Amino acid sequence: MINLSHFSAAVVFALFASVVFGITQRNSTMEQVRYGLYCFALFVGGVFLAGWVMALIRR
Amino acid sequence: MAKPTTGNTTDKSKNAVAVAEPEYPLTTMAVVAPLVGWLIPGGGHILLKRYGRGILLLVSVVAMFLIGLGMQGRIYRPNGGDILDILGFVGDVGSGALYFLARIMEWGDVMAANAAADYGKTFLIVAGLLNFIAAADAHHIALGKKP
Repeated sequence: MINLSHFSAAVVFALFASVVFGITQRNSTMEQVRYGLYCFALFVGGVFLAGWVMALIRR
Repeated sequence: MAKPTTGNTTDKSKNAVAVAEPEYPLTTMAVVAPLVGWLIPGGGHILLKRYGRGILLLVSVVAMFLIGLGMQGRIYRPNGGDILDILGFVGDVGSGALYFLARIMEWGDVMAANAAADYGKTFLIVAGLLNFIAAADAHHIALGKKP
């Protein structure tokens, strides 16, 4: 059984989803790489943002 | 003999023809590629000789599916009864052959109630949904809409 933490599961999810988004949503290779990295940054940034919001609510 | 004209509308209609979108006729490959892509993740791209993209899609979708199973994610059945179960089935079945293999091998037939299993279920559904997007992309490539 794979036992990933919440954060590592979110990063793995972001990685694979970004690869698919990059390939399918842009035309040239350079654009695909750039869009994939952009999606990954948004996913992981969203995780940190949501984490901080939840931490502040908990206080 | 001069062609009949319709006054000053001819210039406008010429411009309209010039900016009209090109037509993309439906070919056999435009039907086969997305079907293969659905059945084998990335298969549509590989069939269209986009080997790099196809392999990346294959690795991404298969990895998400296997991680989902490894986290004890649940595989939905078509006759779940609940509307949310049916939506889960639609997501899961997007993985194509992986879904049918999992059903045959009775993988994902667990009802574990923990956070990891919940993440696993999400991984399985999203793997299928991403594969649907990849299959649609293969369709666009086969039509010539995308290089």
